[in-house]
Amino acid sequence: MPTRRQVFETRQRRRANLIAAGSTLAVVLAIVLLVPLAPGWDRVQRSFFNGEVFAKTFPGLLEAFLLDIAIFAWCAPIIAALGLAVAVARDLRTPALYPVKLAAILYTDIFRGLPVILVIYLIGFGIPGLGLPRPWNSPYIWGSLALILVYAAYVAEVIRSGIESIHESQRAAALSLGLSSSDSMRFVILPQAIRRVVPANMNLFIALQKDVALLSFIGPVEIFRQAGVYKSLLANFTPYVGAALIFLAITIPATRYADHLMNRQRKARS
Amino acid sequence: MPTLTLKNVRKSFGGNDVLRGIDLEVTTGQMICLIGASGSGKSTLLRCLNLLEPIDDGTITLDGTDISEPGFNPQPVRQRIGMVFQSYNLFPHMTAMDNAMLAPRRIHGHSRAELEPRLADLFTRFGLGDRMQHYPDQLSGGQQQRVAIVRALAMRPEIMLFDEITSALDPELVGEVLDVLRHLRAEGMTMVLATHEMGFARELADTVCFLDQGRILESGPPSQVFGDPQEARTRAFLSRVL
Repeated sequence: MPTRRQVFETRQRRRANLIAAGSTLAVVLAIVLLVPLAPGWDRVQRSFFNGEVFAKTFPGLLEAFLLDIAIFAWCAPIIAALGLAVAVARDLRTPALYPVKLAAILYTDIFRGLPVILVIYLIGFGIPGLGLPRPWNSPYIWGSLALILVYAAYVAEVIRSGIESIHESQRAAALSLGLSSSDSMRFVILPQAIRRVVPANMNLFIALQKDVALLSFIGPVEIFRQAGVYKSLLANFTPYVGAALIFLAITIPATRYADHLMNRQRKARS
Repeated sequence: MPTLTLKNVRKSFGGNDVLRGIDLEVTTGQMICLIGASGSGKSTLLRCLNLLEPIDDGTITLDGTDISEPGFNPQPVRQRIGMVFQSYNLFPHMTAMDNAMLAPRRIHGHSRAELEPRLADLFTRFGLGDRMQHYPDQLSGGQQQRVAIVRALAMRPEIMLFDEITSALDPELVGEVLDVLRHLRAEGMTMVLATHEMGFARELADTVCFLDQGRILESGPPSQVFGDPQEARTRAFLSRVL
C-alpha cells in the first residue's frame, strides 16, 4: 500500500513527464514542418543531405579519420607527460632550479595565450622553412608538435590546480614522517592530484581530438581535408555532414563519460 | 637525561604572537600533557618540535644538538620524532599497510617483505589486524587514527607528538585511541600530547603544562596542576573543562 506522499509524487512525476514529452514533440514537429517551407530548402537538402553522396564518401571519410586517430594517439601520451613535467616544474621551490620554474611559467603563459591555428601555422610552416632534410620537414611532425605544445600547457595548468587542491595537511603528514619534499610530492601529493583532475583532463583530450582537424591546413589529408576533396570532386557539401557525424560518434560518448566521472567525484567529495 | 630541551621558544604568525617564550624539558620515557584553551599555542608548539614550523627565536635542542638553527636539515629529526594529527591525515589513495610502509621503504630502503611482518604485528597489537588492507575511507575515525599512530611508529621514533588526536572523534571512539596511548606509555615511549582529555592527562602524565596565550603558565605533576592549581587562570580553565 503506497503512502499518501508516494501517491502524490507518482502523480506529479507522471504529469511532468507528460508535459516534457508534449512540448518536445511540438518543437520537433515545428522544425520538421517549417524548415522545408523555407525557400532554399530544396537546394540545401540536395547539397548537404544527399543520401547518394553520403553513401559514396562515408567509407573514404572513415578511412581518413584513422589518420586523425593516429595523430591523436601519438600526441596524447606526450602531452600527458609534458603537462605533468611542466606542472611539477612550476611548483619547484629550490632556488637553483628557478630558471626551470621561470621557463615553465613563460611556456604556459605563451601557449595558453595563442590560438591553436596560429601556433600550427607558425610551427608547421616556419620550421620546415628552415630547409631541413626529409623526414624532418614533415608537416606531421611539426603539426603534431604544435598541438602538443598548446595542449600540454593546458594540461599542466589543470594538473597544477589539482596539486593546489590537495590540502596542506597531506604534505605536513608526509614531511612529519621524515620524507623529503620530492618524495612527498611524488608519492603523496601527485597521485591524489592527478586522480582528482582526470575528468578535467578528459575534456581537454576531447578538445584535442577535434583540433587534430586543424592540421589539415598545413597538409595532412585527414578527415576534414578529405571531406573538402570530396566536396570539390562532387560539388556537394554532404561529406562535411558525414565528417561531423563521425566526430560526434566519438566526442559525445566521451564527453558524457567525462561528465559522469565528474559527477561521481563531486558526490564522493560531498 | 633530557632528550628535548626548549629555551625561550617564540613563534608568531604575521604579528600574532602564538608562542611567547616557552621553556620545556622532555626527558626519555616521560609523558607530557599540554593543556589549555584553543588558541593557547599547544598545536603550534608541537608543530615547532617536529620542525614543521620554523621558530622565530629561542632554541630547541635534541640530545645536545641545536635543531632549531636556521638551515638545519629537518628530515633526520622528523625521522626520530613521530607525529599524529587531529584530522588523521592518512594518505587516502593507499591502504593502511601502504600508509605505514611508505616512509620506512623510502627512507630506510626496506622492502615490503622485510616490513610486512613487523607492521602486521603492530597493526594487530592495536586491534587492526583485519584492517591492514583497507583504505582510509573504509575505516571508522577511531580506526583511522590508530592507523595514523601505527604509521608514525613504523619509523621507530624515539619521541611521539600527539596533536589533540581524539578531538575529531565521536565520544564512543575516543576510548579505543586512548587505549593505544596507554599501551605506548606502558612500553616507555617518550610522548608529548596536546589534549582536552583531562581525565587521561591526570591518570597518565608525568608532567602537565597549562598553556595560556603562548606561555606555559603552570606546570607540574598532574596531582598538583589539577589538585592544587596556583594560578587564577589555570583554576578558571579547569573549572570550565572539568
